[in-house]
Amino acid sequence: MNDARPNSNHFQKLIDRGVPRTSAARVRIDRAFSIICLGITLIAVLALALLLASILIEGFPGLSWSFIERYASRIPEQAGIKAPLFGSIWVASICAIVALPVGVATAVYLEEFAAKNRVTNFLRINISNLAGVPSIVYGILGLTLFVRMFGLFGPIQNPAFEIGGETFAIYYDSTGEPLRVPVTSRNETPSLTTGSIGYIQDVLDGPDGELIFTNNWTPIPLTIVNGDTKFTPAYGVISAVDVVEPIDYEIQKPWYYVQFPFGQTVLAGGLTLMLVVLPVVIISSQEALRSVPRSLRAGSMAMGATRLQTVFRVTLPASIPMIMTGAILAMSRAIGEAAPILVLGVALFITDVPQSLMDAFTVLPMQIYNWTSRPQEEFRALAATGIIVLLVVLLAFNAIAVLIRQKFSRPLQ
Amino acid sequence: MQLGRRIVTTAGIAAMTTALLGAGGTQDLRRLRGSITIDGSSTVYPITEAIAESFKKAAPNVKVTVGVSGTGGGFKRFAANEIEISDASRPIKGSESKACLEAGVEYIEIPVAYDGLTIVVNKGNYWADSMTVEDLKKIFLSDSAPKTWNAVRPEWPDRAIKIYSPGTDSGTFDYFKEVVAGKKGTIRSDMSVSEDDNVLVRGVAGDEGAIGFFGAAYYFENKESLKAVSIRNNAGNDVLPSATTIEDGSYNPFSRPLFIYVKARSARKPYVRAFVEFYLKNAASAAREVGYVGLPDAIYQRASKAFQAGRTGSSYLDENGKKKTGPITDLYK
Amino acid sequence: MPTASPQPENQTLAELCGRGRPRRVILRLFQEGTVRGLLVGCAMFSILITTLIIGILAYETARFLQEVSVVDFLTGLEWNPLLGADRHFGIWPLIVGTLLVTLVAAVFALPIGLVTAIFLSEYAPPWLRAILKPILEVLAGIPTVVYGFFALIVITPALQGLGRLVTGENTFGAYSAGAAGIAVGIMILPIVTSLSEDAIRAVPKGLRDGAFALGSTKFDTSVKVVVPAALSGIMASYLLAITRAVGETMIVALAAGGLAQMTVLPWEQVQTMTAYMVQIFLGDAPATGVEYKSSFAVAGVLFLMTFLLTFAGYRILLRFREEYE
Repeated sequence: MNDARPNSNHFQKLIDRGVPRTSAARVRIDRAFSIICLGITLIAVLALALLLASILIEGFPGLSWSFIERYASRIPEQAGIKAPLFGSIWVASICAIVALPVGVATAVYLEEFAAKNRVTNFLRINISNLAGVPSIVYGILGLTLFVRMFGLFGPIQNPAFEIGGETFAIYYDSTGEPLRVPVTSRNETPSLTTGSIGYIQDVLDGPDGELIFTNNWTPIPLTIVNGDTKFTPAYGVISAVDVVEPIDYEIQKPWYYVQFPFGQTVLAGGLTLMLVVLPVVIISSQEALRSVPRSLRAGSMAMGATRLQTVFRVTLPASIPMIMTGAILAMSRAIGEAAPILVLGVALFITDVPQSLMDAFTVLPMQIYNWTSRPQEEFRALAATGIIVLLVVLLAFNAIAVLIRQKFSRPLQ
Repeated sequence: MQLGRRIVTTAGIAAMTTALLGAGGTQDLRRLRGSITIDGSSTVYPITEAIAESFKKAAPNVKVTVGVSGTGGGFKRFAANEIEISDASRPIKGSESKACLEAGVEYIEIPVAYDGLTIVVNKGNYWADSMTVEDLKKIFLSDSAPKTWNAVRPEWPDRAIKIYSPGTDSGTFDYFKEVVAGKKGTIRSDMSVSEDDNVLVRGVAGDEGAIGFFGAAYYFENKESLKAVSIRNNAGNDVLPSATTIEDGSYNPFSRPLFIYVKARSARKPYVRAFVEFYLKNAASAAREVGYVGLPDAIYQRASKAFQAGRTGSSYLDENGKKKTGPITDLYK
Repeated sequence: MPTASPQPENQTLAELCGRGRPRRVILRLFQEGTVRGLLVGCAMFSILITTLIIGILAYETARFLQEVSVVDFLTGLEWNPLLGADRHFGIWPLIVGTLLVTLVAAVFALPIGLVTAIFLSEYAPPWLRAILKPILEVLAGIPTVVYGFFALIVITPALQGLGRLVTGENTFGAYSAGAAGIAVGIMILPIVTSLSEDAIRAVPKGLRDGAFALGSTKFDTSVKVVVPAALSGIMASYLLAITRAVGETMIVALAAGGLAQMTVLPWEQVQTMTAYMVQIFLGDAPATGVEYKSSFAVAGVLFLMTFLLTFAGYRILLRFREEYE
């Protein structure tokens, strides 16, 4: 019906539709809704509580200092998490060192210098796209780019370039002791005669009856003996057939040793994680820079500073707390990532802590994944204990972030 | 370098090192240092891992890393010169041997244990206590591929069959396929496939109508959550896998030997020799510990001699690279 | 030589050099150039990454498609590459698996996330917000392996028990899309909540005040005024969360299963694209087998999917930002 006064018809239609007219009913609905909202919100809290409870119940009993000090073992009671813990720390550090400068620099460029043209727009879209790429795809990129280096430098076992290491050819003398002969590269076969110098490692007796292998190699003249004559085995005495070709080649790797291609090493892992974390660092740094009030920038420019000076002397220092927070949260993300490391092809039974950039490694999430996938009950508890260690590490990182935020936050007018 | 000279070399060092090892004992093992990479079958993995751990106590400075890429994957890495020792739950194939030799990788074949490939079902599976190879053929071959248990035997209930199987890189799968499908048959495609035996265990333990298969070690390790099916053997008896039945051969046709393949070149390294000799000395007890069965002593002696002599090649392939079949006591000399 | 010295910035470079201006000015300008160059270089690095990803995936997919026909790959309904001779490479089972898990996750997380966001921004008193927000942040920071553990150890048995209770039969097996889906849902919940909350808070106060002035209750305002106003931001948050769910790897690798099948039943096993990639890469296959190459092809499809989703989300977010700035 056409009514000149829209109100009564309007309300009539609402009532017909079932919308309550009285205030009382609507207040009731409102109150009911707020309770429902609260309840549903508590689902999230409940989920977290369940998660933490299950982990603590399963994992807490296994927590002990020896768990952190021991290496992996097939016997659950003797297994430990030392190798993955140190591996994670190494890899996260490398990731941070590389991702921070590049990420902050990109953010600075985008926020402070770039003109608002299509190229910049393209950059922004690109970065937000990178933020959405699944981490396993970054693993593939890392595998091809860092581990294998597109195959340009040869296979992983026989790297084309090695920097910083000393190469030795290894022979074994008649006592089974390894002898080193310095060579220039893996392709060189030294020709040895009686009197050539080989190096034998100094081995000392440790206090607990174990052997200590020092890093001193003593030169020893070699005696080459023809294969058929009898002789007593002694250090430096080698059968003639054994010197035709070295058994193996060894590289003495100081901590700065680098090989190309990187192979499945800590450096490759750290760089791959850098790829994962970079978009997050960029975006959070952008937020940090945006949060600096314009007045600060304007003031600096008014004083005669160039844009560059403003950025580096005013804006950046003012946004450092937020940038650090973002960076540390990004590192937390890096420590928790397992998929990219998995793709790199890291072995699971690693029994040593990384000593140099080019050592093999494993990370906490990988070890947890391995233990979780085993159906035996003891490994379930082990996985939970590992998760507790991981969460404690993350908690420490977040605590540092909060501390930095509080300590360095100066009120910006 | 010709094979002849190489044998002389390794024999030479072997003689001396054995004399030394015999004389010195553990002291000399402690001086050994180096790293050994092992990869391959997940079935052999428990034994190799056990041996590697004990070896680490005796020779703490030798780093041993063990992977589980599957028998096929292990051989691929072996031929690519990436690993020293390849674990295998079946003998090397002709094509794999060719690939190795073409890459210049000569290998020494060493049998280490017996396994009884175990067919398992869910603990709640009350109907299938024993099966014949015919039953298995019906279940697994692609031309029949039944969806429910009663399609296999009418007295069985109408429950869905869920299959958990190792994948193509697995020697266990190859062996199973050979017994069940033979040369012509194909295995059905709607199976949950995983290289990780732990995934299979968890799957069978969690699905009521599930059936799966893997090495006996994984069954014994998870006995509380799985049920092994007894298989009707050639003599018509229903046999469950156990140390006795695997050893005396009554658990057939699923008893099979497990191997390691060692790179002949690596055998010149004292720490590799020490490891392999340690392996052979302790294989029987390690096998027993994880649920497999040790080979007869005679085989271990033959293996040791073959290793000392540096004899390369496989006893399971003839001159043309074609496969030979038969019990290990006959074939492996 | 002129004695008055105007500020360097007010003169051109030529003038500066001509007058023999102090070295530090030229040095500063040189620095500026280099630093700017570095900054641009860093920014270009991100473009380099995208180019490399696309390049590598395209190249390996091409190599894969040399051995498997494109038609087979894009239209085939069976995926079982590990079966040796009798294998198929149709990608749809993997896509369906991914979508099923994502669907379960979305059904769980999107409604709950939105309601939570409404509660936090419209209803919750400040002290409650101060408690709840950190809890959500903690949820967001938990690594996905932990969710995988939770899915396998807690959710799967719970679902199995529930299934037995409701149907009397063992409907849920050891691996199911549902278990993984719920865990993924919990994982993306914080994303939905925080982004939706941002969108809702961005709605100008004036709109709310107007609604209250007309006599609406909070319920009316939130549901009929604020949410529709923030809709594009909420949609963007949904898309971002779905993107994250599609790309999720560890949870599905642990709990969803290894059987690639075309099913929409959440109690069945499925294999997602990411879980398949994990299976291949864990097996450490050398770079020559067709199974290995198939992993890259799957990665390519995955990348395409997440790219489209992210792009759509970005466009919506852009539109939403423009409305209020």
